[in-house]
Amino acid sequence: MIGDSIARLEDRPLLTGRAIFVADISLPGQLSMRVLRSPIASGEITSIDTTAARAMDGVVAVWTGRDLDLPPIAFRQVSFEQMLPYRQPVLAKDRVRYVGEPIAIIVAENAYIAEDAEELISVDIDPLEPTMDATGQLGEFAPGLDTEALQFEFEYGALDEAFVQHTRHVEVKVRIGRHSGVPMECRGGVADFNPGTGVLTVYGAAKVPHYNRDAIASMLGMSPSRVIFKEQHVGGGFGIRGELYPEDVLLAWASRELGRPISWIEDRREHLVAANHSRDQFHILKAAVDDSGYIHGLADEFWLDQGAYVRTHAATVPTLTATMLPGPYVIPAYRVRGHVRLTNKTPAGTYRAPGRYEGTFARERLIDAIAQELDLDPMDVRERNFIRSEQMPFSRPLEALGTAIEYDSGDYSLLVKRAEDQWKLSEVEREVAERRSRGELVGIGRAFFVEKSGLGPFEGVRVTVDESGRIDVLTGGASVGQGFSTVMAQICGDVLSVDPSLIDVRHGQTDAFPYGMGAFASRLTVMAGTAVHQAATLVKEKAFTTVASMLEASVNDLELVNGAVQVKGSPDTAIDLGRVATALRPVTARKLGLEPGLGAEDWFFSDHMNYPYGYHIALVSIDPELGSPKVERYWIAYDIGKAVNPMLVEGQIVGGAAQGLGGALLESFEYDEHGQPLCTTFMDYMLPTVAEMPPVEVLITEDAPSPLNPLGLKGAGEGGTTAFGAAIASAVDAAIPGTRVSSLPISPEQVRGMLALMEKRNADIGGHG
Amino acid sequence: MSSPRESITLNVNGSNYDIDVEPRRSLADALREDCHLTGTRLGCEHGVCGACTVLMNDEPVRACLVLAVQAQGQAVRTVEGLSVGSEPLHPVQQAFWEHHALQCGFCTAGFLMLATSIVESDNVPTDQELTDVLASNLCRCTGYQNIKKAVCSAIEATRK
Repeated sequence: MIGDSIARLEDRPLLTGRAIFVADISLPGQLSMRVLRSPIASGEITSIDTTAARAMDGVVAVWTGRDLDLPPIAFRQVSFEQMLPYRQPVLAKDRVRYVGEPIAIIVAENAYIAEDAEELISVDIDPLEPTMDATGQLGEFAPGLDTEALQFEFEYGALDEAFVQHTRHVEVKVRIGRHSGVPMECRGGVADFNPGTGVLTVYGAAKVPHYNRDAIASMLGMSPSRVIFKEQHVGGGFGIRGELYPEDVLLAWASRELGRPISWIEDRREHLVAANHSRDQFHILKAAVDDSGYIHGLADEFWLDQGAYVRTHAATVPTLTATMLPGPYVIPAYRVRGHVRLTNKTPAGTYRAPGRYEGTFARERLIDAIAQELDLDPMDVRERNFIRSEQMPFSRPLEALGTAIEYDSGDYSLLVKRAEDQWKLSEVEREVAERRSRGELVGIGRAFFVEKSGLGPFEGVRVTVDESGRIDVLTGGASVGQGFSTVMAQICGDVLSVDPSLIDVRHGQTDAFPYGMGAFASRLTVMAGTAVHQAATLVKEKAFTTVASMLEASVNDLELVNGAVQVKGSPDTAIDLGRVATALRPVTARKLGLEPGLGAEDWFFSDHMNYPYGYHIALVSIDPELGSPKVERYWIAYDIGKAVNPMLVEGQIVGGAAQGLGGALLESFEYDEHGQPLCTTFMDYMLPTVAEMPPVEVLITEDAPSPLNPLGLKGAGEGGTTAFGAAIASAVDAAIPGTRVSSLPISPEQVRGMLALMEKRNADIGGHG
Repeated sequence: MSSPRESITLNVNGSNYDIDVEPRRSLADALREDCHLTGTRLGCEHGVCGACTVLMNDEPVRACLVLAVQAQGQAVRTVEGLSVGSEPLHPVQQAFWEHHALQCGFCTAGFLMLATSIVESDNVPTDQELTDVLASNLCRCTGYQNIKKAVCSAIEATRK
């Protein structure tokens, strides 16, 4: 069962249109909230007139920043004291800092009326000069505060000596564009404060429901036990959905003020200017190498465009960038300096493979540059620098997300070899060489990366068998559509020898299970999956104890077959789990000397992350007229330790690859010089369609199971995305010899510039010849 | 601003719904809020993502770009009509399930209706034609590979 590619348990309601997403919730007396947003990137609010809106039929309330007194939203992760003054107010009071910043909220009988009323509010803003560049001169954020919210430096090894001793220095300057998760379902919520019970119920929870419950309780001055977060089906997460945003706080606050349920469903334009952006980094990366390409020292300085405020992730992205950048290579000495800069763009947070997409692009560009400058094969440079399997576990004296970086297991060279064998890449290389000799612009690029997954510190699960034999797996986990229920059911079914279709998995309900860390960082299969394994094992033990006393047999003589306990080899003695549960009704359980019910709760704790890894290979051709790169084929090899459901792992990887492709070729939040966002619809923020996607071939290996959990599990969520930009860039370089991609997304303009450079070089060579 | 309502009858999945709507009300909102058929989902409300794709007289349309009043007298089909209750899944739904062609499932109804129009048409599309048609809808989870496989398999299953 573990290891089987079974079809998903959560699909039927989604396929039949019966699944409930937050926009489908309609409670009696439910109102609609609309957010009025700043049309100006930077300015002072001089007046807001809401009179006409308040007077409109069907409008229940209008509030501005002066009407409420709420603290800014706290940091959830990787908090630095000095970033606190850069947090966003839930409603702007005097100052606006990005187009899309909430200025007022309107609550009305329905969404049409709320939008009409929004147009009746007049806001006067004195515009100020916006800051749109995160790498230029520092500006002033507020009196006494400049636009650098954080500067940090991490270092290990004798870096300066490495640069003195090894005089071959290779430098790259690279830029990664501003793009983000952009799930197909926009954000939304329904908050329902019941004045009778004093309980606030929030529907539409996602990603981190337990954390958000506590945060909302704290901000509104309520007891956490009187705040309930309820997750429905969630239309994609990717890091950005489910963080606590200003709108979530406003919605809960407004519902408590009015004592009525209120729905807020964002539209797409709002989403593109208000939900977290991500990436947008500029790196200067420098290596001291020897003639073999071995990197003795690595120095990085980078700037991250945080946008207008620091939100819940605080320093998560820059610190992950810094500490994961060395990736699969030994790198005996390393120094990284990060700058988190404020600009007048939409604030930024995490997006699938945060910091690793960026860092992998920077590092793998450097590897290609080293190979180019030393006239070596880039794969030889990688092999030369790989951490070898006998060096595992490998400690790097850095911390990520509060955990020491210790790569738990891995054989990077083996994965490269397996990929080359599986896909006969040397033959593909030969075909490409032949096409090149015919004058085609075509090339193969490669990139290697290390991911991280299984972030702790805990996850808990309660497994209960009912008297019909159906099993309830109650977790503190959350689902953003990744197949969580199926994976948990498979692990539970494996232990209890029960078909997964007889198992229900519950998640994201804070009143049903008190603790949970959430769905991010490719952590849940590892953390909740292991907890399910443990709790199901306790259930099995209890079933054996119960049956042993029913049959007057020894526990050691029992086995579990097809969901029934029997004396080994004697199917006629079988007692199915439903009957065991019946035998554990309170009165009979007491007679057996056991606790009532066939169920168990258990917890899995982990202080370390584990480290899956992967290898991306791209075949790209260039249309010389259009300058557009076409990804003809793509290959991803990924070692996951142990795959619970290979089909779902592959689904994660291919889906992640599409997002990697978006960031590599299409997606970019652009602004004009006044700070006006130029990408506010799907006509100008371009998501990949099926037409841009190459066939993606996936090889999942299980050569390096994690020693940190009993099943050897590692996470699958991000590895399809991580190295996409790096591999594509490498392939474009190969297609246009003598040039180098240095920024993402790779636009047709950039490619045409590279083509012109190539032609000029060819002409120069021709002229001299 | 709000304007007088009109009484219209929508024919959806073979049933008539008598509803009162403002002339500006989109078909998507009318389906979701007036007919209580929430399986049709809104991803962009400007006609690009295709999540709200429904069939009108067997042709795929964006329900966010059609007004409810325009749909009067037309035969509208939504995801809820593909298979009812505990009926076996429609071949397109079955193929999406077997091929893991959905993850979060938010775009799924739109893709299912688009795929249904392909499966029901008299032409068997070439690979390029299929790509062209499927490129009209967006999915952010799957990378499309399994969606395309599922549609091919559904075409094959219904031709047998």
